[in-house]
Amino acid sequence: MRLELKQITKKFGDFTANDKIDLVAEAGQIHCLLGENGAGKSTLMNVLYGLYQADGGEILLDGQVQNFSGPGDAMAAGIGMVHQHFMLVPVFTVAENVILGHEPTKALGFLDIQAARERVREISSRFGFDIDPDAIVGDLSVGVQQRVEIIKALLGDAKVLIFDEPTAVLTPQETDELMGIMRQLRDEGKSIVFITHKLREVREVADKITVIRLGKVVGEASPTDSSEHLASMMVGREVDLSVHKNPANLGEASFKVNNLTAFNSAGSKVLDDVSFEIQKGEIFVIAGVQGNGQTELAEAILGIQERVTGSITLEGKELLGKSVKKVLDSGVGFVPEDRTEDGLVADFTIAENLMLDRSDRPPFARGVQLQLKKLHQFAEEKLKQFDIRAQSIFSKAKQLSGGNQQKVVLARELSRDLKVLVASQPTRGLDVGSIEFVHEQIVAARDGGIPVLIVATELDEATQLGDRVAVMYKGKIVGIVSPDTPREELGKLMAGVTK
Amino acid sequence: MKQSKKTPIALALLTFLTVLIAPAVAGDEIEIQIATKTDLFPIPNLVFAAQGFVIFLAVLMLVLAVWSFYLTFSKNQKTPLIATVVFGIAFVASVLVWLFAGATMTLTTLLAGSLALAVPLIFGSMSGALSERVGIINIAIEGQLLAGAFTSAVVASITDSVILGIIAAMLAGVLVAALLAVFSIKYLVDQIITGVVVNVLIIGLTSFLFSTLLADNITVLNQPPRFERISIPVLGQIPIIGPVLFNQTLIVYLMYVAVIGVFLALFKTRWGLRVRSVGEYPKASDTVGIKVFRTRYISVMIGGALAGLGGSFFTLGQVGAFGKEMTNGAGYIALAALIFGRWNPIYAALAALLFGFAQNLQYAVQIVGSPLPSEFLLMLPYVLTVIAVAGLVGKVRGPAAAGKPYIKS
Amino acid sequence: MNQQKLIREIFSGNAVIPIFAVLASFIFGGILIAFANEEVQEASGYFFARPMDTITAVLNSVFGAYDALFRGSIFNYQAATPQAMIKPITETLAFATPITLAGLGLAVGFRSGLFNIGGQGQIIFGAMFAGYVGLSFEAPFLIHMPMAVLAGLIGGALWGGLVGLLKATTGANEVVVTIMFNYIALLLLTYLLKTPVFQAPNQVNPISSPVAESSRLPGILGDGFRLHFGLIIMLAMVFVVWWLLYRSSIGFQFRALGFNPNAARTAGVNIPLTYVLVMAVSGALAGLAGASQVLGADKQLTVGISATFGIDAITVALLGRNNPFGVLAAGILFGGLRSGAVLMQANQGVPVDIVLVVQSTIVLFIAAPPLVRALFRLPKPKAVQA
Repeated sequence: MRLELKQITKKFGDFTANDKIDLVAEAGQIHCLLGENGAGKSTLMNVLYGLYQADGGEILLDGQVQNFSGPGDAMAAGIGMVHQHFMLVPVFTVAENVILGHEPTKALGFLDIQAARERVREISSRFGFDIDPDAIVGDLSVGVQQRVEIIKALLGDAKVLIFDEPTAVLTPQETDELMGIMRQLRDEGKSIVFITHKLREVREVADKITVIRLGKVVGEASPTDSSEHLASMMVGREVDLSVHKNPANLGEASFKVNNLTAFNSAGSKVLDDVSFEIQKGEIFVIAGVQGNGQTELAEAILGIQERVTGSITLEGKELLGKSVKKVLDSGVGFVPEDRTEDGLVADFTIAENLMLDRSDRPPFARGVQLQLKKLHQFAEEKLKQFDIRAQSIFSKAKQLSGGNQQKVVLARELSRDLKVLVASQPTRGLDVGSIEFVHEQIVAARDGGIPVLIVATELDEATQLGDRVAVMYKGKIVGIVSPDTPREELGKLMAGVTK
Repeated sequence: MKQSKKTPIALALLTFLTVLIAPAVAGDEIEIQIATKTDLFPIPNLVFAAQGFVIFLAVLMLVLAVWSFYLTFSKNQKTPLIATVVFGIAFVASVLVWLFAGATMTLTTLLAGSLALAVPLIFGSMSGALSERVGIINIAIEGQLLAGAFTSAVVASITDSVILGIIAAMLAGVLVAALLAVFSIKYLVDQIITGVVVNVLIIGLTSFLFSTLLADNITVLNQPPRFERISIPVLGQIPIIGPVLFNQTLIVYLMYVAVIGVFLALFKTRWGLRVRSVGEYPKASDTVGIKVFRTRYISVMIGGALAGLGGSFFTLGQVGAFGKEMTNGAGYIALAALIFGRWNPIYAALAALLFGFAQNLQYAVQIVGSPLPSEFLLMLPYVLTVIAVAGLVGKVRGPAAAGKPYIKS
Repeated sequence: MNQQKLIREIFSGNAVIPIFAVLASFIFGGILIAFANEEVQEASGYFFARPMDTITAVLNSVFGAYDALFRGSIFNYQAATPQAMIKPITETLAFATPITLAGLGLAVGFRSGLFNIGGQGQIIFGAMFAGYVGLSFEAPFLIHMPMAVLAGLIGGALWGGLVGLLKATTGANEVVVTIMFNYIALLLLTYLLKTPVFQAPNQVNPISSPVAESSRLPGILGDGFRLHFGLIIMLAMVFVVWWLLYRSSIGFQFRALGFNPNAARTAGVNIPLTYVLVMAVSGALAGLAGASQVLGADKQLTVGISATFGIDAITVALLGRNNPFGVLAAGILFGGLRSGAVLMQANQGVPVDIVLVVQSTIVLFIAAPPLVRALFRLPKPKAVQA
């Protein structure tokens, strides 16, 4: 089926997310939609899928103008979508999730769950998936959940399939397998729209590329174009994708993690005998696919992970078992992986967010009385120093862009007297400009002579930023290697292959 | 994985309590009357030595508690449900013996009365189930019951028809539910706030109309006909079961249908799957073309109809006239039953039965003059619910999206 | 800015919503009053013959009722003595005292993300503790009265704090727990009022003796008025709560918890402890309301000591947008409704229950600005970026 978008425009208030976008995807083609975070890719696909109503333009399928008032219409017209955040009900079984919305029924609207099971098995076998239709989705790994999403999209006999940033949660191997599935679908004659910001994937799988920036199409590109060319199209200027840093000036190993083991509330091991040391002036990167214990490691250091044994020492002092407050007070700077969820109070002003972890002590409080004047002075300073783009220090955090939010978090953490900096996925979801800024700040912290621990899920970031790279798999550190280790080898480690 | 230590500890505590009760059991004997006049065949009254019986039960409970400890700590196994159930029955029995020692306990009256008292609670908890399973927290059960009670009294009085009375009650329940739904779905007002405020509104409205309209025209507006007892042939004559379950009023039979119907609808039909998906993850439902808002409105309003129906029990079943604030917190107990029953219609109905039993026991105990102050029996539903939400009897988890408005961008 | 634009700005802003919400509720209340009025009913029987009769009857009933409401709550221009003229406003303040105190408590909870529906139970606990101190011994006024008030505060704090403790240790949902705790508290009070702990000697009813003279909150304007020292406590608490929430580091952490518990935790706020603290503070304020009732207003402990103040407090906190001064204003408004309704019932035969209707519709309207805008055809505010 030939999909054509003509002059699609979508506005949110004064903000134009999609500005007259044209796009054509032919049957039997993989069409890549390439753009930075925030360029408007997902918005466009949500318009196509009927989740948003466009403010202008039209959608054509095989030349016919479509009018989608909801996803139901889009699905009926033959469009399927594999969502970035899986649209699966965790407490339902695979079969229940897959049939949701077009359930096979017996008399009186009673569910025919047997028919549902069969459909799951049938599609599974076509793609060589091994999925139990009665498994509870919440118990499955993210890789398997994505396959459930794919089955779900295919069940409605979709002719156009949209993959929205599908590789963020996958290992390099799983990513390769997904590419294989996409090719298989293409060869069956489907039109595939693949949304991503990862140049490597685009060049590997795309038949055709459309690049969008700030809500506008900036041009078409060919998969044979160089990464540099694609990157400059995407960002709008020449970009240097490498991180600049001088050779490390290493000091003593002041941050040590020994035999750290942790269990989650369901009783399964999430950290398995993790040990490493970081020297002063070193960036130590934990790489690996999301969900392999990195979050738990960071939370264990901060002191909010329960059921942990082992030891975490900073300059010889034990951190494990201390409260979050004590951990922060002993000189741990912490940048959480989800800044809106854990890093900021969205309804607080920038100023209030800047004192979030020090509200009970000088200079911000005398006794329990807040010293607002001092806070406002401090906030003005930081606003300049970190180039936080906001109307004033009284702007609420939720009014800021992702990049500026992350700057507020960094400003807060870096203005304390740090002995170690721990940052989880510090550039997640940021635009290239902000990524560069965050990387500079992290390198500056390292050159200031403290150990730095970074959790990274993107392999490129891990190898560029790190002085050493540790790979985590299923709660274990499966290898600590130099950043110039070949990509294939790192990929194997990320999949748990240790030779 | 380690087994939770909560079960054996709870069993041990209750056993200890029973051991404490045993010496306090006064009176020599307890007589339990089982037979009723209509039984197919007669069963003689049971007579036990009161103290001896409690001691027997205490020993049984001790054995079960020890076994539970053994399973948990040595074998790392779960205590089987049947053991917990037997234990529970033994505990309740020992409390009953303590309360009724030296008197006659009419089992069928006690149970049938409990069932009757549970009727509005069960209807209310069905409303809660339909509402919360679709993602709308329903604090307004109280208002739905009260509106149903008021409307059924007025309409049944005017028309002299019980059937029209309950139809009107259902409509009133739907209206209250619609109010809850509109404010929480359309205007995105916090669902708990809406529920609380809607209750206040309904209390105010019914009380106002009661004082102005009903008080002056009692014979016309507030003297409804009442449900009549309908005995089902044969079934109604089986000892114990018959008089308790099958010699009841229309509304009780409707209640059986409601519980089974809500259960089947929620868990076995396409509609129920969609309802539950909306209550767990509305965005996911939206992306497969399910109309989230419509599903929410419909489910909440069907719930309202059931609660309204349950409300008619107060006027057409129990009292025979409407009185100010006559539901007296039953809606909150229904909510408690829903949570205690983990949002499952069957379990919620069983929990409501337990709460009805506690309420009825309170009346029975007042008659025989028992050692336990009635307030403590009345507290039972509330205390049990606190225990349930505090997770002392296993994990309680409601629908994931309950309480959160769905905002379409 | 030209005038038209200015007017548009004013009417599209959120500031006018409360005014129109109150207006809409009074209109709704008026409809009910007219509907239930006997003259209106009679006149409407021959509406098509003489429609003016019906309209006159409607206007008479509504204006009569609202005139009585005004005279009963603010200023009684028909009264004989100046003292009697100003008495209504003092009655309003007397009603506003417990409602505002408890409302402040709930506002602290709401601000901190804790839905404390348990005002009713916390008032009862405050009243029981204060009542116990007031009943069980005599002491010099300067010792006894503060002690009794403090006991009320502690009683509420304990009952509220227990909810916080349950939430902190087991994750129990505070909405459910506080609802259940309201009933448990009431049943406990009912039970204790039948035992020698509280029951007055030679009494069959569940009622206590009057509390000791030395423990009472003294009257403010003398014998003719119900106004008592509780009002001063209430006004002081408005400032205390404002300072706590907006000028202290404790309140900063409360609010951080309320907006985003995860971020608060990551920033080192001790979440379990803060849950307990918030609920204790919240309960303490409700407890003060209970103390004020038992030591100042009723002067003895009864089953109805908490009236519906705990429920009113929820609506007051919401109407006041959880801001201490807003809560005070809302408390006075609802106190006025309560006080005026008494005269409205006595003079015009309009049952006091109308207050509940007006009160709840105000809150519903305020919570749904689009509805109020639609009702009065107010312009929409400028769209803000999502």
